[in-house]
Amino acid sequence: MPVDITGAREALRDLPNDPGVPKPDPIVVGDDITRTFGGLKAVDVEHIEIQRGVITALIGPNGAGKTTLFNLLTGFDVPDSGSWSFNGTPLAKVPAYKVARLGMVRTFQLTKVLAKLTVIENMRLGATGQLGEKFFPAIFKTLWRGQEDEITERADELLVRFKLDAKREDFAGSLSGGQRKLLEMARALMVDPELIMLDEPMAGVNPALKQSLLGHVKSLRDEGRTVLFVEHDMDMVRDISDWVIVMAQGQIVAEGTPEAVMADQRVIDAYLGAHHDTDLSEMDETSLSREVEAEIEAEEADS
Amino acid sequence: MDFGSIIDAAISDALGPQAVVFALAAIGLNIHFGYTGLLNFGQAGFMAVGAYGLSVTMVRYDMPLPVGIAAGMAAALVLALVLGVPTLRLRADYLAIVTIAAAEILRLVFGAVETKEVFGGSNGLNGYTSTWNSLNPYSGGLDIGIASWSRNDLWAMTVGWIVVGLCCLLVWALMRSPWGRVLRSIREDEDAVRSLGKNVFLYKMQALMLGGVIGGLGGIFYALKQASTVPSDYSTNLTFFAYVALLIGGAARVMGPVIGSMIFWFLMSGIGQLFSQATRGADPLIPDWIMTDTQASLVRYVLLGLGLMLLMIFRPQGIFGDRREIAIDAR
Repeated sequence: MPVDITGAREALRDLPNDPGVPKPDPIVVGDDITRTFGGLKAVDVEHIEIQRGVITALIGPNGAGKTTLFNLLTGFDVPDSGSWSFNGTPLAKVPAYKVARLGMVRTFQLTKVLAKLTVIENMRLGATGQLGEKFFPAIFKTLWRGQEDEITERADELLVRFKLDAKREDFAGSLSGGQRKLLEMARALMVDPELIMLDEPMAGVNPALKQSLLGHVKSLRDEGRTVLFVEHDMDMVRDISDWVIVMAQGQIVAEGTPEAVMADQRVIDAYLGAHHDTDLSEMDETSLSREVEAEIEAEEADS
Repeated sequence: MDFGSIIDAAISDALGPQAVVFALAAIGLNIHFGYTGLLNFGQAGFMAVGAYGLSVTMVRYDMPLPVGIAAGMAAALVLALVLGVPTLRLRADYLAIVTIAAAEILRLVFGAVETKEVFGGSNGLNGYTSTWNSLNPYSGGLDIGIASWSRNDLWAMTVGWIVVGLCCLLVWALMRSPWGRVLRSIREDEDAVRSLGKNVFLYKMQALMLGGVIGGLGGIFYALKQASTVPSDYSTNLTFFAYVALLIGGAARVMGPVIGSMIFWFLMSGIGQLFSQATRGADPLIPDWIMTDTQASLVRYVLLGLGLMLLMIFRPQGIFGDRREIAIDAR
């Protein structure tokens, strides 16, 4: 059933494009989240809020800390400092499986389908609160048969929606890259999450499947879920996201609606480099070297 | 050459109590390794604590047989807990290292002079089988022409194969359930299972405990059929032979470890008997300068290793395994 999201979108329209800007109805709120790997500060986020009911894109160049932030928020990695909450529930030190049960489910950049299980078994695994997953009730089929049938019915509906029903009995390991992305998304929906976090849903997907995958991501929002996704594909970001958060070198450098962010000079610099639209060979070599020297001096003065 | 006696030895052992011991050990390993992907190299340790749990309670504390069996199973359960808590959060290979070390530590402690008062040193414990023997309903041994068993073996086999059957039934019931599905998923990818809201650590612990207790049952049965508990019986060989049995039959299949154990003992005894006969006597079939009769008893281990290599190359899924499942790994 489509949910009216114009309200949520309108609310975002007038927000300033500053990093960490407060949202009218945030589902996730995080403060001072840092994570260092050796000497590298991979994530250093002062404040982040994710608006409920819309699609938020998390973009940034390679190594900006997007996936690390994902891991931290979902409990797959432990930050050095920081606090964050989901629906008001503090999530620091909450293990990953409990985060998922609260309704915050993620997918992975490198798809993690369970290769030697069939597609339908992959789907069934996603359902939560299964009596048959407890040790002693599992022994007696009569105890969990009814629930299993319900789960299978729900799984079959999702497989039809994601056009995987023809692959129902195949091993998940035999699926193509794009189909694996679809399966992972469908399986995450079996958990019935409020917030679904997609880590590069378009990576390794052929262009023909991309359009349908875009449609699926939109449909998640249209049925009332909040979507947060990491992506490199700017066309996709522009096409489907309602809000964009830009990360560079572990920090949030800008936020805003897609149109505003694409025009933001900070974003262009972070993403494409300050000279992205000029041909370096045509630039005056002396002015270029002067600029570089100035930059080096500035950095030396900093340290 | 007396082929009759070769066949007799092979079949007698394939269906005999020794095969029961390895079947139970391999069923436990199948839960660990085959279904959950836990690389337990210390199954001998679980069997040892099962056996010593039984014999110590019965010999040192004069407890009856049922208490001894319960103590053996409880000891295996505790071992699983103690090993699992620190290691199951770590990567899989750590469990392999810790379990193999734990099994060796246990064997050395059981055989140490310092603990002789409790565990009987390197001579072990015995004299606890009076109840077990008195329950034996058979009046004599059995000879079916191609195989034969003594009265005691017959009794041990009867109980042993029933226990194996019950364990297989339990494994079958569990592995068709959603619980089994979670285990198999953990084998494929832990993080994916975690991301779907399952407490992976709890499932791995349950699997380690279940497989450990079934291994412990193997040890208890070993102690009963042998009428003695000796530390040297629980060396790492025991674990590796159980793995061989599992791989022959096919991992992640309910009947794999049982059939695998039977085939393992059929080949071990058959080949052993074959070479022992071929090198025996004044004018042996295989002359002395190729192989002496002491060497002959070791040839079966060489052939076993060779056979395992060939199996892994040409039929990695074992006898019952599903080729399709294996093929995916090669992608």
